[in-house]
Amino acid sequence: MILIKLEKRQEASAKSNAIILVLSVLLALAIASLIFAAQGVDPISSYKEIFLSAFASSRGLAFTITKAIPLALCGIGLTLVFKANIWNIGAEGQLLLGSITATWLALFALRGYPSLVLIPLMFILGFMAGAAWAFIPAILKAKLNVNEIIVTLMLNYVAFKLVEYLIYGPWRGAREWGFPITEEFPKSAWLPQIPGTQIHYPTLALALVSAALVYLLMSRTKIGFEAKVYGLNPDAARYAGINHLKVILITMLISGGLAGLAGVGEVAGIHHRLRYPWSISCGYGYAAIIVAWLARLNPLAAIPVSIFLGGLFVGGYSIQTSLNLPFSVVNMFNGLILSTLVASEILFQYRIKLVKS
Amino acid sequence: MMEAQLKLIEKPVVEMKGIVKKFGDIVANDHVNFTLNKGEIHALLGENGAGKTTLMNILYGLYKPDEGAIYINGSRVEIKSPKDAIKYGIGMVHQHPRLVTTLTIAENIALSLREVNYLSSLSRVKDLVSSFSRKYGLRVDPDAKIWQLSYSEQQKVEILRELIKGATILILDEPTAMLTSSERDELFKALREMVKEGKSIIFITHKLEEALSISDRITVLRKGKVVASLSPREVDEKTLAKLMIGYEVKCELDKPKAVRGRRTLLVDKIRVLNDRGVLAVKDISFEVFEGEVFGIAGVAGNGQKELVEAITGLRKVEGGIIKLFDVDITNGKNRDFVDLNLAHIPENRIQMGVVLDLSVEENLILRRYKFPPFSKGIALDYRAISSHAKKLIEDYDIVTKSEKDPAKFLSGGNIQRLILARELSWNPRLIIAYHPTYGLDVAATSYIRSMLLSRRNEGAAILLISEDLDEIVQMSDRIAVMYEGEILGIMNSENLDINKLELMIGGVRP
Repeated sequence: MILIKLEKRQEASAKSNAIILVLSVLLALAIASLIFAAQGVDPISSYKEIFLSAFASSRGLAFTITKAIPLALCGIGLTLVFKANIWNIGAEGQLLLGSITATWLALFALRGYPSLVLIPLMFILGFMAGAAWAFIPAILKAKLNVNEIIVTLMLNYVAFKLVEYLIYGPWRGAREWGFPITEEFPKSAWLPQIPGTQIHYPTLALALVSAALVYLLMSRTKIGFEAKVYGLNPDAARYAGINHLKVILITMLISGGLAGLAGVGEVAGIHHRLRYPWSISCGYGYAAIIVAWLARLNPLAAIPVSIFLGGLFVGGYSIQTSLNLPFSVVNMFNGLILSTLVASEILFQYRIKLVKS
Repeated sequence: MMEAQLKLIEKPVVEMKGIVKKFGDIVANDHVNFTLNKGEIHALLGENGAGKTTLMNILYGLYKPDEGAIYINGSRVEIKSPKDAIKYGIGMVHQHPRLVTTLTIAENIALSLREVNYLSSLSRVKDLVSSFSRKYGLRVDPDAKIWQLSYSEQQKVEILRELIKGATILILDEPTAMLTSSERDELFKALREMVKEGKSIIFITHKLEEALSISDRITVLRKGKVVASLSPREVDEKTLAKLMIGYEVKCELDKPKAVRGRRTLLVDKIRVLNDRGVLAVKDISFEVFEGEVFGIAGVAGNGQKELVEAITGLRKVEGGIIKLFDVDITNGKNRDFVDLNLAHIPENRIQMGVVLDLSVEENLILRRYKFPPFSKGIALDYRAISSHAKKLIEDYDIVTKSEKDPAKFLSGGNIQRLILARELSWNPRLIIAYHPTYGLDVAATSYIRSMLLSRRNEGAAILLISEDLDEIVQMSDRIAVMYEGEILGIMNSENLDINKLELMIGGVRP
């Protein structure tokens, strides 16, 4: 009889990590193709369609990068909290708070101010708003040991409803024919875009800079060290005199703040108004969880991974029209990838051996 | 006369013959014979690690013996699992309750009754609980949820569960370890009630007084072997202590006479709660001076863990004061001063002393990362960290391929060397070593002991907490014994009265 034995890996090399990552994505695609086939759609041609539409043309690529910006910002923050073993599922809500704040500044608080003042303040206050939204679960966890997964998740719905309330109620635009949207931002509040595309490059630059900063924070600073120790072994953290309150607060505030930046980018860079929450975010905050895991909690790797997932979003739009498939195909992909990734987690730590008995 | 004869032909309810159980190289049970008669309370007495729980886990079907046979009511049986055990009427109450905390008492008991249909018969189970709890005086409310219960109430639930399952042979593993004295009296009353109606009880303990007061028979285990099986009437505390601990003076470690310096640590009437909120350290006071090893002996679970955590600022102190030199360090005050002057070799080196997934070099700064040269502002200086690691790896012979390898690649002995290297690397004035050689091989053990002694000779104060009496006696200049959260006495290790020490470990006040 042949037995399957799991053997602890002595060293998980970068190469084997990469192979496992690619394999888990391929496995997800394979499972998805069964579902395509069951729908009477040729999986090969639909994958081709997805890939071509997302990466093959400059227009498609620009669209992909636009989608990748919020994914990257949220994902980078999540690599940090996940490293501290804190489960922030609330990037979606933190992002929306950034959007709300940017809207408030653009339409009300600083209406008419020049871009030079307005745009930096939108980002700064947007960061703070996202951080404030993350502060609620963080302080509850740190002080009362309340489960952060539940609180962050629930606060997503609260943020969602808050946006709905604003666009249906006090902030509904007077000249918008009764649609639940705010009026358009004045031009001074528009982020500049790379001509011919929707890539709002200030946000893109912020994403790249924050990837580098979070990387340095994790690998070269005291708080990064504390977060790692706390995440891997809370008992040892207590022993080492690490203040868990500080770790939880700092990592959560940074993570929430980065999601808030993403929210600013979406309304000031693309929509130029506050609108229905799903149109602003379409699940970036949730997809960012997959970004963080696919990146193996490395903030630098979060950049290419978000481009890959951004491509999936774009391809998803495209097969809606060309192959008549629903957009939820993208969510299905995301779900499958996360599942195969979590399932292959064991392969990161163990080697499979066949033993004859 | 008739009765006596009947008793003679009545077979013992449990007979374990020639039981051997090995874990790797360690022999936990070495040809153990054990006999339990019907209607008796039988104390199984021994120190931690004597093999008491192992033997009972074998009887309960959790472990399979390597050798030996078990007879129940005279016929040979194979007990492969707890399910088999209950078939033979054997029930066990573990030291730590095994209950579903979010469910009620009745629900927990229903879960363990296989034949009960959970939903339809919950009311029947409630009736059962009520009638059993009335019968034995173990009062509980069947509708209470487990998380609302105190430890002693949870223990009652476990006993009731075993009785309802039909146990006639009840094994209790250190049942009084976390009870107050009135709770203990209540338990003893219930146990007497049970034996009166013909049940038989095995009572695991390390407390001499309990073994003498509750039991009809005492079997003493030491280092995996039965050293005596006797009636409490034919033995006194002193003999029993000798049997249980059986300390023999071995060759003394070569150490110079202690040169006592300044007072380093002052612990003054501190009171500390354990995780369950029960007082585990009761008004303890002692001092430790430079140049001496102050040893704390005693069976684990008598408040040592809480005491160490209180001194190191990891656990709240309810009353009293702790000073390092003249600085108040009660409740984690002056943490930086503590970090700079106090080394802490923790009890559980894997769980607390290291982070297995971090590199060796990062582990070598675990309690030091906040201080220069490792930290500069908010940044960590990894060059300083690496060179510090390289030096310590060489000085302390830590076997690792590179300082960048994760600590999980190290062996147990090397992990302890790593911890020792880290904790001793900045010349601490007080070293708290908790089970510093637990589970290590002979070479690593002697290395660590000699390392600690050389620090003492250089003038550091050492607080050594250990269950290993050899270690305590060889290393210490003064020895205190902890029992039920108190220090029963402090003795000089010169001209040590071993008998007195053994008695104190068994809980007898001098």
